[in-house]
Amino acid sequence: MSLHSSSRAPIDWRFSQVFGERAPGEELQDADIISAIEFDKRGDHLAVGDRSGRVVIFKRSYASNELYSQSQLEQLDSTPTLHPEYRYMTEFQSHEPEFDYLRSLEIEEKINSVRWCAAPNGALFILSTNDKTIKLWKVKERKLKKVNALCPDPHVSSENALLAERSFVSETEETSITNGYQAESGEKVANQSLSSQGYSLEIANIGYDARSSCQRTYAHAHDFNIHSISTNSDGETFISADDLRINLWNLQISNQCFNIVDIKPANMEDLTEVITSAEFHPVHCNMLAYSSSRGFIYLVDMRQSALCDHNARILQDDDSHGFKSFFTEIIASISDIKFAADGLHILSRDYLSLKLWDLRNESKPIKVYKIHEHLRAKLPELYNNDAIFDKFDCCVSGDGSHFATGSYSNLLRVFSDGSGSKEVFTIEASKNPNRKSLLTAAPRARRTSLSNLARGFYRQVHENSFSGSNDTSCDLSSKLLHLAWHPTANMIACAAGNSLFMYYA
Amino acid sequence: MAALDETLYPIAVLIDELKNEDMQLRLNSIRRLSTIARALGEERTRKELIPFLSENNDDDDEVLLALAEEMEAFIPYVGGVEHAHVLLMPLEALCSVEETSVRDKVVESLCRIGSQMREMDLVNWFIPMVKRLAAGEWFTARISACGLFHIIYSSAPEMLKMELRSIYNQLCQDHMPMVRRSAVSNLGKFAAKVEYAHLKDDVMSIFKGVTQDDQDSVRLLAVEGCAALGKLLEPQDCVERILPIIVNFSQDKSWRVRYMVANQLYELCEAVGPEPTRTDLVPAYVRLLRDNEAEVRIAAAGKVTKFCHILDAQLAIEHILPCVKELSSDSSQHVRSALASVIMGMAPVLGKDATIEQLLPIFLSLLKDEFPDVRLNIISKLDEVNQVIGIDLLSQSLLPAIVELAEDRHWRVRLAIIEYIPLLASQLGVRFFDDKLGALCMQWLQDKVYSIRDAAANNLKRLAEEFGPDWAMQHIIPQILEMSNNPHYLYRMTILHAISLLAPVMGSEIACSKLLPLVINASKDRVPNIKFNAAKVMQSLIPILDQSVVEKTIRPCLVELGEDPDVDVRYFANQAILSIDRVMMSS
Repeated sequence: MSLHSSSRAPIDWRFSQVFGERAPGEELQDADIISAIEFDKRGDHLAVGDRSGRVVIFKRSYASNELYSQSQLEQLDSTPTLHPEYRYMTEFQSHEPEFDYLRSLEIEEKINSVRWCAAPNGALFILSTNDKTIKLWKVKERKLKKVNALCPDPHVSSENALLAERSFVSETEETSITNGYQAESGEKVANQSLSSQGYSLEIANIGYDARSSCQRTYAHAHDFNIHSISTNSDGETFISADDLRINLWNLQISNQCFNIVDIKPANMEDLTEVITSAEFHPVHCNMLAYSSSRGFIYLVDMRQSALCDHNARILQDDDSHGFKSFFTEIIASISDIKFAADGLHILSRDYLSLKLWDLRNESKPIKVYKIHEHLRAKLPELYNNDAIFDKFDCCVSGDGSHFATGSYSNLLRVFSDGSGSKEVFTIEASKNPNRKSLLTAAPRARRTSLSNLARGFYRQVHENSFSGSNDTSCDLSSKLLHLAWHPTANMIACAAGNSLFMYYA
Repeated sequence: MAALDETLYPIAVLIDELKNEDMQLRLNSIRRLSTIARALGEERTRKELIPFLSENNDDDDEVLLALAEEMEAFIPYVGGVEHAHVLLMPLEALCSVEETSVRDKVVESLCRIGSQMREMDLVNWFIPMVKRLAAGEWFTARISACGLFHIIYSSAPEMLKMELRSIYNQLCQDHMPMVRRSAVSNLGKFAAKVEYAHLKDDVMSIFKGVTQDDQDSVRLLAVEGCAALGKLLEPQDCVERILPIIVNFSQDKSWRVRYMVANQLYELCEAVGPEPTRTDLVPAYVRLLRDNEAEVRIAAAGKVTKFCHILDAQLAIEHILPCVKELSSDSSQHVRSALASVIMGMAPVLGKDATIEQLLPIFLSLLKDEFPDVRLNIISKLDEVNQVIGIDLLSQSLLPAIVELAEDRHWRVRLAIIEYIPLLASQLGVRFFDDKLGALCMQWLQDKVYSIRDAAANNLKRLAEEFGPDWAMQHIIPQILEMSNNPHYLYRMTILHAISLLAPVMGSEIACSKLLPLVINASKDRVPNIKFNAAKVMQSLIPILDQSVVEKTIRPCLVELGEDPDVDVRYFANQAILSIDRVMMSS
């Protein structure tokens, strides 16, 4: 793979689709806020988890003309390009709010991470996790059938008829789930009873329906909150990581897991760092990377030892040890790491920058991209309102030459490797994005600032400090935390509040 | 027609239930498929039921598993062996189910059916199916295919055999690691059917390929393949082809692969013969015993005895024993524990002198280990120890260890040692036991943890069985009598429990003269729980005691309890009275 392959031609990012857009004036529902996004390996499906424990699956639709009217197509652009488009496929309630009675702890239903497993047959397999429990879901798509005609058939004896109309009885069950075809399902029930009296049925396909079922639950293995899960390239194991430990599971076995990393000190007062993110190498089943709050990336070879806490290689930015302030340590904390598909590079995100690492160079990143340098001056303020602890995701394009991450004001920042800082795109994830293709994020007039902020997740106490500093050039309450890059196409799915925006180039 | 309908009606219900929403009903119906098939007759089973089942593969895993199980024995219902091929259709569809347990069962059923099919049918139906599966779009189908080659290979004509070998080769290089794993773990079975010439060439080159797979999980399955293939090859070929692979594996980068080697190595020794074992495998094993990774050392330590049995004493003393010495002070308690559980088995190999000189110090140091698991593992193998070093030497070092374990902080450890007490008693004999351990047994009756008190009572019973009633009369009963006045009611309850267990062993006379008064006394306790437990014990004493005693002593006491203010006491007293009546009636 070449890092410079497609970076020469300037990439023009365009809006593609939006799901779950808010109507003007509609309040942002906390429950609807998207908390995890992930494309499957081939990019045919997209899974989105939200704060209310739901996982929504979108499916790539190849026949885009059918879904979009001509006017919509024109609106998009003059020439219909062949970028992936997605349609809603199904959703399921993955997690419910729970209560841990032993510790008097409420367990939120919020989905912290979703990951796709290799699809063994027509069905899709998805791992989803909240703070404590990981679940394996199976989503199976099936043809929906509709009765077109009913003709009495004297030649069919009763048991034959029973055998003949088999496959569709189970379908009625599904339709009632989706609530989509109630009329038909009523009709079918009627027909069922008729059919046993010797009628045969003409059945036509009317579309697809997906059924989700929880296959396994991997629970009771984490004392702290799970923030990452990652599936292994061997197709049989996955890891789950919380603040201090990483556990290794076999997908088939839900009552047993192995602890492979444990950084919990005997005395919690000696705690110097926490694990912030963990991911398996895309190719080598024995390689594992995890990031820490001190800004280190640990590379572990699972072949060396059953316990991987020691003898890890550490990627660490030596340059960042220059000037130190109270905030240096906080903003050094890595919020997300992603392997590039080639497995030779790792992208990491800390509060102010995006860093690209070559695994062979442990002492410094090969590239540093500044995301919102203008915030450096405002760190005390960001600390006071906790914004400094926001955890932004990052993602790498399939060819490994473009990188994206989010910022405040729902800004999506896309960087390209190679030709320097010119190749920076900033898009505001909203219905009518006025693209700004330079670093200068022009100060925008703030929308009704107070009500806007009150909607955020932060304590009302901080409102004063906000309104007092009107020159803040970005809207801290709307932040683009979660995003994912399509594995093969230049396409980014990102979450702004409760809306899912898709951009392509 | 009407009559026919009547007989078919239950069948129609069963068929209907195959589609029911309730999983349990579908499951029941699947379980009775043979009934349905019999009612439908062979032809309609073939033409209607089986096609129906073939499309019914979108069900819960449990139902599919049941279906696969039923199909296994379905040949008679479709019209015998010549029609067996119709059964392949539903099973083929199940081969790509995602649940491993279902697929495994399907493959098992297919193998069972395939082994009964006529050669012609195998070629016409079974082989094309395997080829379809092996080329399947979904990797689950390809996984299933790997387990079927050994059924068909022998029946295939020469040309087809070549094709099958090449398909298997492809499966071993599949881009999905899951398929490669399945191909590797089934390689031994397949290889057993392949002609020797091809085994040496084709299969071994396939195998060589998988031993270099970059996925650890594939390589570690290949370790098992080494043993399987090694047994098929002639010793000379085995040394030439397999030995280098084993030696490589024992130095694999991945500790999981080395772990597998440590577990399997003694089997491989048999395959390669004594001389290569001495020159190549002993050094490999010694390396594994000194591996960096504790998990590998655990596996290696656990096989020390088995490995030594293959070697002669000289080799074992020279090469293995020094490692064992190191392991006995290993930094990982699990390694020491694994060693402790097998180390005594080495004694017969080493012979008496070497055992006393070299093994005994190791053994004694393990017996003083700081972790209770290690000590327990030694004690559990006490009979073996006793044979080798004799009781006198043993008792000196054993006793402190036992006493310490008996008072261990963790009740599970105490429980474990209690369970070994009867074994100790039988090995050590009455005298030693009386001196040292008798007091401990009584002490456990007053443990803070119920499980320990319960186990202690059971222990007394087993001791009484071991040493006989006379001994128990002297050593157990007096102390029990004494303890029955303990101020704490839970301890008094334990004594009642012990009495109910001891009474059958002691025989009617002692039970009547010594134990019964105690129970009667307990029935007048101030705690209701004691009273109704006394009633329960009396109920259990009825068959043991003389009828006159029952009438004279027990019944009045129970009648009195039957009027107790506490409802539970009344209930159990009445239960006991009822069973007296029943005994009376029957006699």
